Amino acid sequence: MDNANVTRRDFLYVATTAVVGVGATVSLWPFIDQMNPAADTLALKEVEFDLAPVVAGQIVTIEWQKKPVFIRRRTAEEIQAAEQTPLSELKDPQTDQARVQKPEWLILVATCTHLGCVPSNQLKGDYGGWLCPCHGSHYDTSGRIRKGPAPQNLAVPPYAFLSDTKVLIGAAPKPAAQANHG
Amino acid sequence: MPRITALLALLAAVGFAGLVYAAEEAEDAEHEAKHPEPQQWSWSGPFGHFDRQQLQRGYQVYKEVCAACHGLRLVAFRNLGEPGGPEFSAAQVKALAAAVQVNALDDKGETIQRPATPADRFPSPYPNELAARAANNGALPPDLSVIAKARHGGADYIHALLVGYSDPPAGFQLLPGLSYNPYFETHQIAMPPPLASDGQVTWPDGNPAATKDQMAKDVAAFLTWAAEPKMEERKVLGVQVMIFLAALSGLLFFAYKRVWRDVDH
Amino acid sequence: MHGTHSYKPTTGFTKWLDSRLPIIRLVDETLMQFPTPKNLNYWFTFGGILTFMLGVQIISGIVLAMHYVPHEAMAFDSVERIMRDVNYGWLLRYMHSNGASMFFIAVYIHIFRGLYYGSYKAPREVLWLLGILIYVLMMATGFLGYTLPWGQMSFWGATVITNFFSAIPLIGESITQWLWGSFAVDNATLQRFFSLHYLLPFVIAGVVVLHIWALHVPGNNNPLGIDVKGPADTVPFHPYYTVKDGFALVVFVLFFSWFIFFDPNMLGHSDNYIPANRLVTPKHIVPEWYYLPLYAILRAVPDKLFGVILMFGAIFVWAFLPWLDTSRVRSARFRPIFKQLFWILMVVILILGYLGAQTADDKNVVVPWLGLELPIGKLLLARLCTLYYFIHFLVLTPLVGVIETPLPTPESISKAVLAKNGGGVAAVPLAKAAE
Repeated sequence: MDNANVTRRDFLYVATTAVVGVGATVSLWPFIDQMNPAADTLALKEVEFDLAPVVAGQIVTIEWQKKPVFIRRRTAEEIQAAEQTPLSELKDPQTDQARVQKPEWLILVATCTHLGCVPSNQLKGDYGGWLCPCHGSHYDTSGRIRKGPAPQNLAVPPYAFLSDTKVLIGAAPKPAAQANHG
Repeated sequence: MPRITALLALLAAVGFAGLVYAAEEAEDAEHEAKHPEPQQWSWSGPFGHFDRQQLQRGYQVYKEVCAACHGLRLVAFRNLGEPGGPEFSAAQVKALAAAVQVNALDDKGETIQRPATPADRFPSPYPNELAARAANNGALPPDLSVIAKARHGGADYIHALLVGYSDPPAGFQLLPGLSYNPYFETHQIAMPPPLASDGQVTWPDGNPAATKDQMAKDVAAFLTWAAEPKMEERKVLGVQVMIFLAALSGLLFFAYKRVWRDVDH
Repeated sequence: MHGTHSYKPTTGFTKWLDSRLPIIRLVDETLMQFPTPKNLNYWFTFGGILTFMLGVQIISGIVLAMHYVPHEAMAFDSVERIMRDVNYGWLLRYMHSNGASMFFIAVYIHIFRGLYYGSYKAPREVLWLLGILIYVLMMATGFLGYTLPWGQMSFWGATVITNFFSAIPLIGESITQWLWGSFAVDNATLQRFFSLHYLLPFVIAGVVVLHIWALHVPGNNNPLGIDVKGPADTVPFHPYYTVKDGFALVVFVLFFSWFIFFDPNMLGHSDNYIPANRLVTPKHIVPEWYYLPLYAILRAVPDKLFGVILMFGAIFVWAFLPWLDTSRVRSARFRPIFKQLFWILMVVILILGYLGAQTADDKNVVVPWLGLELPIGKLLLARLCTLYYFIHFLVLTPLVGVIETPLPTPESISKAVLAKNGGGVAAVPLAKAAE
């Protein structure tokens, strides 16, 4: 067999093998992608909530992305307590301003950062916020961990105000709409 | 010898096709329903796709004429904005959804109504089958989500049925409360003609006249989409796959010839 | 005949592995070096196609099972959710539903190839019996799978088929209720059918391993039906048949893809898009096309029990073929009378299949497409065809083997190939790649 023949034959075999390989690899994708969240799950990525019925001091729990979320309309005292806490007293230091867009509205993912229980709305704990009944983590009126085994503050989900009375949870706020705090 | 084999294979293939065709067609003849006249649909064939305007008109017909009795519970409002369908804008989808009330629970656990969001599915007009039958003289208006696939003839059938109401022939025993329609199995159907007159639905400017025939076609198209929202994606991918496989089979054929070139066989 | 060339591991790793689990050796000897008759035609590619289809059904089935809910309140909707919301769900579903039909098309071609070329005859009887077992398991799996979408045909097909067992005298009713887990086809039935539908394909895979093992003992049959006499008659499986099977497979997948992408519901029944309703029986219960000939045989018999027995008998009669066929010659190529009988049987099976789709009355037969009405009732024709079907196996096959004068068979495969190609120097196969 002369060299030219070998090259032609090899090219055909290489090309065929390559095309089979490409086909097989591309065919894999639907089998992998089907495990990603389906369209109906993704449709609940963002949830709109009407704030108008919520009165001062009230805490509402809603579901967002299969997780519980607290929406709390804070009283003036609660806001003051949150803003005036010295950072040195915090296990996970964060200013209150960094955790809210409008001081009146505190929106948090209601999952204790210790082992995932939902902190109690009825038991405010020692700092006026929430007490997690599972292992005794105390959160303050900004949802920050003050006492107990939880390592971090309650998480703040992405959210954006659509108006004074409507908030969209799950959407990052547009830069122009975001109020800048200290 | 191979030619005869190929011929016999072709014969067997034809026989097989006849088998499958027989399984479809034989039952049609026995139903005695009149065969619906085939229409020209924009989505026919491997390269077909829906006409967006038609789907939007059809949606309006569904909403204003059919939705009073027929649910569409497998379709979500967000589907109205997704590619391959009526493709309403995001704002339109939100508005169309908000115009519809769906069930929810208040904090006392009682059922209330709230405006739908795009994530919600279309509500059914009746809470359950018993209520549906009670409101319709014992007949159950079927949910229309997959009706285009659940009836032999699909869109052709839906269109023919909707425009096919006529006076019964002489001597036909029409039961009270039913209407004569030769395209329906037993020729008498519990649904009174839903498209009673031209102009029953007012479409936006730039659309064809809302004749009964046009409304029937458009709602048949809409229901075809509702049953198969992935049809366009399926056909587009299909063309790509077939081209790829044709090319690959060509390569493999030549590779086969090359491998076997020096062997008597 | 086993490979004369042995696998020799060369690297440190392959030597280490070979002395502990000789799996590479196994693959090399059974799939690459394996001496295969060089005259196999395309009818012989369907075994490979079937293996591929089994893989397709298992993989697509497993991913579908991640989304399907086997409860009567949610089954139909979960399938629709797969079609609408799961990423590529529509593709996976149509792949699986049309894949079942493709699986059966391939298995029928594969079986009829065996019938034509005498692949069932000694020493391949066990291979043949394992094949029948696989076919029966496939029928069961297909039946179980079709109930899962819980449409009208799912439900009523399940009702009809499970009612077969009530034909058994004395214990029939108890067995049927035990199968159902209830007083009728019910949620309990659906849930266990899902479990069994998931299980059986792996049983099939196990029997397929035995089937291929049983094949490799004597080696493949070939269109001439004569034994391999020596190395001149064979070529190594790789690359000769890997490339040929690969080509045939891609053409088959092209055919398969046509259904998936352009006519995915053509082989199904529109009634199965109506959610199951136990209070309304569809006017016309039709099984999937691959059951139609057997369904016709079942309905041809007026007695319930005898109809069921005859239907199962129609499958089991194939198991006796190695002993019913008295001919010393394997391939129909050299058996002129048997060849005619083969094609007549094919036609009879097609007619039975057509009749299986008809409504259960005794009107005259109408020829499809032509709309021509024949002067014979459907029931009579079904009975005649059923009678002929059993006569073919039980009477004609043994008889023909004795009275027929077969054509002279070639001395060997290589001689036959040479004669076909006009004589001349026998060419040598491509030199193998570096050992």
